[in-house]
This record gives sequence, C-alpha cells and structure tokens, in this order.
Amino acid sequence: MKRTEEDDPRTLVTDGAGVDWRGSSTSSVTVTREERLREIYEESVRKPFIVAWSDSRTRLGLLIIGFYFLIALVAILGLWREPSTSQAPRYLMLFENMNYPLGTTASGTDLAALIIHSTPDILLMVTSGGLWATGIAVFVGTVAGYKGGSVGRVLMSISDFVMAIPGLPLVMILAITFNPKNPILLGIIININYWAGLGRSIHSQVLTIRENNYVEASRTMGVSTPRIILKDVVPNIMPYVTVNFVFAARYVVFASIGLFFLGVLPYSDQNWGVTLNFAYSGGALFSWSAAHWLLVPMVAIIGLSIGLILLGQGMDRVFNPRVRTRLAGESESTAAVDEKDTGMTEVL
Amino acid sequence: MSNYYVRRTARVFATIFAVATLTFGLIRLLPGGPFTQLRAQLLRQGVPASEVDARIANLQNINPNAPLWQQYLDYMSSVAQGNFGESISLGEPVALIIAEAVPWTVFVVLVSTILMFAFGIFLGSLQAYWEGSRFDKAFSGLSIALMSIPFYVVAVISLYVFAYQWGWLPTAGTVGASVEKELSIPFLLSALEHSILPIFSYTLGGIGGQALAMRGNSIQVLGNDYVRVARLRGLADRRIATRYVARNAILPMYTGFLLLLGFRLSGTVILEQIFSYTGLGYYMFAALKANDYPLMMATFLVITVALIVGVYIADLTYSKIDPRISAGGSDEAY
Repeated sequence: MKRTEEDDPRTLVTDGAGVDWRGSSTSSVTVTREERLREIYEESVRKPFIVAWSDSRTRLGLLIIGFYFLIALVAILGLWREPSTSQAPRYLMLFENMNYPLGTTASGTDLAALIIHSTPDILLMVTSGGLWATGIAVFVGTVAGYKGGSVGRVLMSISDFVMAIPGLPLVMILAITFNPKNPILLGIIININYWAGLGRSIHSQVLTIRENNYVEASRTMGVSTPRIILKDVVPNIMPYVTVNFVFAARYVVFASIGLFFLGVLPYSDQNWGVTLNFAYSGGALFSWSAAHWLLVPMVAIIGLSIGLILLGQGMDRVFNPRVRTRLAGESESTAAVDEKDTGMTEVL
Repeated sequence: MSNYYVRRTARVFATIFAVATLTFGLIRLLPGGPFTQLRAQLLRQGVPASEVDARIANLQNINPNAPLWQQYLDYMSSVAQGNFGESISLGEPVALIIAEAVPWTVFVVLVSTILMFAFGIFLGSLQAYWEGSRFDKAFSGLSIALMSIPFYVVAVISLYVFAYQWGWLPTAGTVGASVEKELSIPFLLSALEHSILPIFSYTLGGIGGQALAMRGNSIQVLGNDYVRVARLRGLADRRIATRYVARNAILPMYTGFLLLLGFRLSGTVILEQIFSYTGLGYYMFAALKANDYPLMMATFLVITVALIVGVYIADLTYSKIDPRISAGGSDEAY
C-alpha cells in the first residue's frame, strides 16, 4: 500500500474536497486537466529530478550520460569532421596537435572523429538493448508471478531454459547468422537472453506483492488482470526495474564492445570496439608511441559505464517513495542492497 | 519434498535436451548451412565429388541426404554418446579437443571467481564495519570504478604493460613451448605463469560488484536484533563478526557464486582470445571463424551444460544451506 497511501493525501489537497473515502478513481473526475498535468509534472518530472540531483552519485552519473548525449548531438549535427584515413599526420599523440586533440591512428585517422561519430549508434544500441531486456523481463515476471499456476510455470520454465543458454556464444552465432547492422537490432540481439535472470527475480518479488491486501481488494472488485498488473504490481517493482535497466544497458556496452573488439559483430563504420580491435591488431601493443590508440576507446567505454553505474546506484532513491516525499537527503541509498539480486543476471 | 527434487532433476535433462535440439537448429540457421561450406572445402582439398557426402557423414555423424528427422535423430543419439564428430579445421575428434581445453578454462574461471569473491567479501565486510568512514567512501568509489572496467580492457592493458613492455610474463599460450605436457614442477610453474594475467584480468573487474553486494548485505545484517543481542551477551567481536554477521551476509551471495561460475565460462570466449589461451572459449571462437560447425556446437553445448548444472546445484543446495528457504513454494493460480 506504499504508493497509494502517499498519493491519497495529495489528491485530497488538490481537489480541496473533504474526506474522500471512495478512493482516487472518483476524485480524479473533479480534477481539471490542467491540475492533472501539473500533478503529473510534479510527480514524475520535478520531484524525481530534485531527489536525483540531491545525490552526488546520481548527479555525476547524469552529467556523464549527458556529456555522451552531447557528443552524440555533435556527431548528428556534423559539428566535427568525419573520420577518414590519411586526414592527418600518423601517430599523433594526445594533445600533440590541438586540431586532433585525441591523436591519430596508424592510418592517420582522427581518433576524436572515430569516437564522436560512433557515439550515436552506441547510445541507440545501449538503449534498445536495455529496453528490450527490462521490457520482456517485466512482462514475463509480472504475468508469471501474478497469474501463477500453469501460466506461471510455463513462463518460468521458458525463462529457465533461456537462462541456461550461454549469452556471449549465442550472441556470436546469432550475429553471424543475421548479420545485423542496425544498432537497435544489435542491442536486442546482444541482450537476447538477458531478460531471463531479471524476469526470474521480478517473478519472485511479484509473488510477495500479489499477497498484499490492496491487490486482493482489486481482484475481488473484479478489476481486470492487465489493469491489476499495471496499476498495483508494476509500480512496486519500478525501482528495481530501473536500476536493472541501467545494468542491462551496461551489459550491452561491455558485451557489444567486446564482440566488436573480437571482430564478431558486423560493422559499417569504425566504433569504439572496432577501433580497439584495429589498435590491438595494428601493433599498438608493441610500442609506447601508439598507446593512446588503445587508451582513447577504452576511456570512452569506461566513462559510459561509470555514468550508467552511478545512475543506477542513485536511481534507487528516485523511485523510493519514502525518500521522494521527504525530498530530503537523509536516507541511505539501498542500491547496494539490491546489488545481490544482480547475481541472477549476467555480469561481464 | 522429494517430489521437488525429482522434478528439478528431470528439468535438468529436459533443458539439456532442449539446448541440444537448439544447437541442431542453429547449425541449420547459419549462412549456407552446415554442408555447403564443408562441401566446397572438401572439393577444394581434392576429395572426389562422389566421396564428399560420405566424408561429411563421417565428420558430422549426419548423412546430409537423409530427411531432417533422420538427421536430428542421428545427431541427438551421437551427442548422447559423447560423440561430437570430427573437427573440420583441426582434423581431430571434437571430444578430444574439448577434453584438452576444458581443464584450462575451468582452472582460470574457478580460480578467478573464487579470488573475486574472496576479495569482494573481505573488502565489503570491512567497508560495512566502518560504514560511513573515509575508508568506506574511498572503497565504494573504487568499487564503482572497478565495476565499470570491462575485463577485456584490463586484459589488454595488462598484456601491454606486463607482457609486451616489461616482459615479465608470457604473452600467449597455456604453458611454455619447451615444457613437456606431464605433471611435473616445471610444467606446473609454467602453467601458473601463463595463467597469472588471464586470472588477474578476469578477477579485478568483478571485485567491485561483489564488494558492494557484501557491504550492502553486511549493513543489513548488522542492523538486526540478534546482532545486538549477541553484543549484549558480551560475545567476542571476532565471534560476532564471523559467526553472526559474515555467515548471514555471505548466504545470499552463494547462489550468485554458482551462477556466476556458469556465466563466466561464456565470457572466456573473449578472455582466452586476447591471451591466446587454448581453452574452451578459444576453440569456440576459432571454430566460429573457421566455420567448424561440429567443434562450435560441441563447445556451445559444454558451456551450456556447465551453466545448467551450476543453476541446478545452486537451487538444490540453497534450501539446505539456508533453512528459512523452502524448496518449491506456493503455486496458487489467480
């Protein structure tokens, strides 16, 4: 009853009515559209943002992710030159020539251009992979957990089976089979079986949620199953899901760059992983003078995943209703406690 | 309750069966199918066209002209007997290659996962003990930083620094070329020397996540009443830390350990490639590159079976270790 209890007093204030014992469904009729919109803005944009911003980790995470989006914007708007071979002197070091601040490769390609122009695709891939994994996991976990019985058993057997298939090797085979160049499709393929572990832990959480008395009340009132799942069950697992969205996204970063690095995934333009691969096979290992060729894509990868992890750690507070209503930064984040559940999903 | 164990065991076999079927399907999904490439390759090698089909049947235990269900039955029965056919690229029985590769991979994965948990638990419990201190803050930051470094980045950097630039450790392989493959001290030393870098890079990145998990668990346990009661009883700090806190905090990580073992097996595809460490993952990748379907599918199956068994053991033993958890659970349908 966590969320609804806290929502009710607020609706009372906004419509100015007396004691509303019939529940929020009738009170919402008297609220004008403008008030509703304002409340939605207040509830889902302003407050979460204030809470998120008050935590230094989330703030840093948001800044880092924002920076990557900025880079993506630079690439989309064409504000930086396109990468091409022999566009600059070969093997320029970091900051040696400020026209090419990140240096150049053995073929005289601007490293900064390589990194910048692959950012949009990587962000697309990461987002699609994260959405896919969490979306399927939430669907399977809530339906199986709430419905229980044979539906639950079948869904859980399917996810057990999917979980048993090793991720990276399967992705490699699928990548060679389908040869996906589209970053959105690539994100989905990389996380093709990531949802299973997550779905399993959501399932076990829903098993306890469904025993709550407000869920039982909805059921006796004859509310349809999809509505119960959407309104009563999903809000409870949202914090967990968001944190895991971030972890799924990080897995996409790690796995995709790793597979690009191996040269398994198809690519049309050089991205961070392919650059790493070229540097590795292009002899950057043997000399100090080419070390930046390896380091630049590595820093790009690590930066993005630090941003994602910080965001995931702080995200927990945003969705924790107890923290949100207080709007105060006293309570300790429990993200680290949730961490133990990520043992169910793949880690690289 | 015994009914649960029977069902759970049956599911292991059902899953392995399903994955074997899936691999059969995957072979047929791959571009050009399993036979086109092989046929072209055999013809290039000068095998007469009339003998090609027989050679393929010999290599893969599948008669390419038989109907699909017949191929399926042949494939499944030979897999059940542990016969994976003959590797196309290496010209050796697949079972032999795998038997040689598995110990290396198991060694690296097992040692690195144990080290990862040991360091993680140690650091995490210290952090929880001094919660909020400068040490705790510094190591939480460090843990997050470690979590964001993929193991292959650690691998490439350590290879660059320790092997190529400073030359302290070998750059590739499982043992030195001059060392006899027998159980002797030089062999063990050489194997150890070659495994340091793979184990190091596979361990380092994982420590952060485990430390954070252990820290969270310990803080939760420390807040429990029974810990306070133990303090009131005047028990020694050491006893409280090991018997009361550590035990309960490590408990939730136990399942994670077994599952991670399985998952990390598949990560060796990248790890062993970087170090040219001839384990399971190395051969899987080599087979993929060379379109060596029998070898590829066998490595895939072996990794999968390891994963399934890991989950199975985790499921079965968890209720034994933690009596609060009962196997099975309520199953009422709504």
